Amino acid sequence: MVPPAQFRSYYGRPIVKAPVWRHDIAAYLFTGGLAAGSALLAAGGQATGRPALRRAGRLSALGALGASTYFLINDLGRPDRFHHMLRVAKPTSPMSMGTWILTAFGAAASTAAVAEAAPLLPTRGPLGPARRLLPPVGTAGGYGAAALAPALATYTAVLLADTATPSWHAAYPELPFVFAGSALASGAGVGLIAAPCAQAGPARRLAVLGAALELYGAHRVETTKGILSEPYAQGRPGRLLRAGRVLTALGVAGGLLGRRSRVVSALSGLSLLGASVLTRFGIFEGGVASARDPKYTVVPQRERLAQRRPEP
Amino acid sequence: MGSNRLYGPLDPAPDAGWVHAPPRMGFFTDTSVCIGCKACEVACKEWNHVPDDGFDLLGRSYDNTGGLSANSWRHVAFIEQPGTPPDTAAERPGPQFLGMPQRDLPGRTPDAPRTDFRWLMMSNVCKHCTHAGCLDVCPTGSLFRTEFGTVVVQEDICNGCGYCIPACPYGVIDQRADDGRAWKCTLCYDRIGDGQTPACAKACPTESIQYGELDELRERAARRVTALHDQGVAEARLYGNDPDDGVGGDGAFFLLLDEPEVYGLPPDPVVSTRDLPAMWKQAGVAAAAMVASVLVAFATRRRP
Repeated sequence: MVPPAQFRSYYGRPIVKAPVWRHDIAAYLFTGGLAAGSALLAAGGQATGRPALRRAGRLSALGALGASTYFLINDLGRPDRFHHMLRVAKPTSPMSMGTWILTAFGAAASTAAVAEAAPLLPTRGPLGPARRLLPPVGTAGGYGAAALAPALATYTAVLLADTATPSWHAAYPELPFVFAGSALASGAGVGLIAAPCAQAGPARRLAVLGAALELYGAHRVETTKGILSEPYAQGRPGRLLRAGRVLTALGVAGGLLGRRSRVVSALSGLSLLGASVLTRFGIFEGGVASARDPKYTVVPQRERLAQRRPEP
Repeated sequence: MGSNRLYGPLDPAPDAGWVHAPPRMGFFTDTSVCIGCKACEVACKEWNHVPDDGFDLLGRSYDNTGGLSANSWRHVAFIEQPGTPPDTAAERPGPQFLGMPQRDLPGRTPDAPRTDFRWLMMSNVCKHCTHAGCLDVCPTGSLFRTEFGTVVVQEDICNGCGYCIPACPYGVIDQRADDGRAWKCTLCYDRIGDGQTPACAKACPTESIQYGELDELRERAARRVTALHDQGVAEARLYGNDPDDGVGGDGAFFLLLDEPEVYGLPPDPVVSTRDLPAMWKQAGVAAAAMVASVLVAFATRRRP
């Protein structure tokens, strides 16, 4: 049992301000990751001739992208001024970099998704050339989106970590792995839901690899940050992260064991998607909790000072 | 100084591109002479047209503002401490409510016992850091560095993304609820551009808030600490004056009579941008791990 931390504060009031971001941002962390994971799945399907994975990945990436854009704009204090994000490109601001990554990814992923409509177009008439032109354009868009997807999935970790929010900042070395793994697992989830068992093999392997990255990162975040790991283990954030871990395990197990069952595969996919949602909300709320209690600001900073100035 | 863009000592105005920048201006707040009159809070609100916070008695001390916010750009902290000799300052407990006001004069009846205590008062404000977290992370360029080395929000640009708020290691900048934008002290950019003193410093009756060239303020503050130490006030110390600290030194710094956290200040603030290169590197490694995972997952040959 760790003894309660001794520290002083101004009437127990917080020192750093908790983010004013609402759950839109936690939801964005999920949809952004899902868009990235889906785009990678689609590109893999494209490259290896698995049309079901390609189609599901492209459409899911477009849907997640639309949701992401909504969540990002809806969370602004002045949504009508969203376009002010596009007046500068600022390397010191992960949000500025992320806006540009999302914009470029959005253009590529939308192109790829629209190209899926090619078979619906008539072979003759004015739209005939479009039917022939769309697939190669979609291929280029799909690979373009896949090239940007890893940046889209991991920049959000830098976004959270580049704050004075104690438990987010302390987690900066591992947070990108949690988010990268979670994005892959959710992309794999889409593949397990949408693809027939014959094409879903890569999605199963992707689920295992994504879950491994995510669990490794989350375990480090929850155990190696001293007092700053606490907010991820206690209360609602702790429950969310634990539930996420259970769903990840169920999803991976179902994905591996239910190889011949469409139903079990789809349930595993759903489970992986749910795990990704819970993990994002858990990390988000853990950081918020760490900002609300002055203990998490004062105690680690006091320890840092004590280390710098050893007792004479 | 060219390598100190993200962390370390720096003269911020020339670094931000100002040619022929005037001397860096700032605040030195000497809390040892603060009487808690709140003239600074009021003067700031009046000059800058800052809306009121609503009527909110916190019930913990005589402080009814609570902290810096979008609608409080100066905040006077009231810390009520049981008095103890200075040499045991380390064991002194934190602030506590002393039960005032009471119905009778202190010490006259058992209901109103005389206690030995001290009041610490401090007028807190935006620190206008050399390396300002809020400014670094702002994605719209709404926050900018002025020619005086201070940090100001352009309210016609701010789109209320809220990133500056958790990025501030001091918890200064905040979002105004009915407005959606982020607001904080401007160090009266409109006044100092005309050679005037900021409203809070102008209104301070005890010269607890001093405004001037930062270099000169630092010298003045060092002399004041020495004088206090000579008078036996051993706990007097400066906070935020050191250009080698985690934010490259503050444009607004303080003389305190106790540890910073007692006043609601972080003991060792560090701008989060210091770790930004390491953060992007980790993100790059994680991104590479994603690519490798996809390659491995799709590498096996398709079943016929």
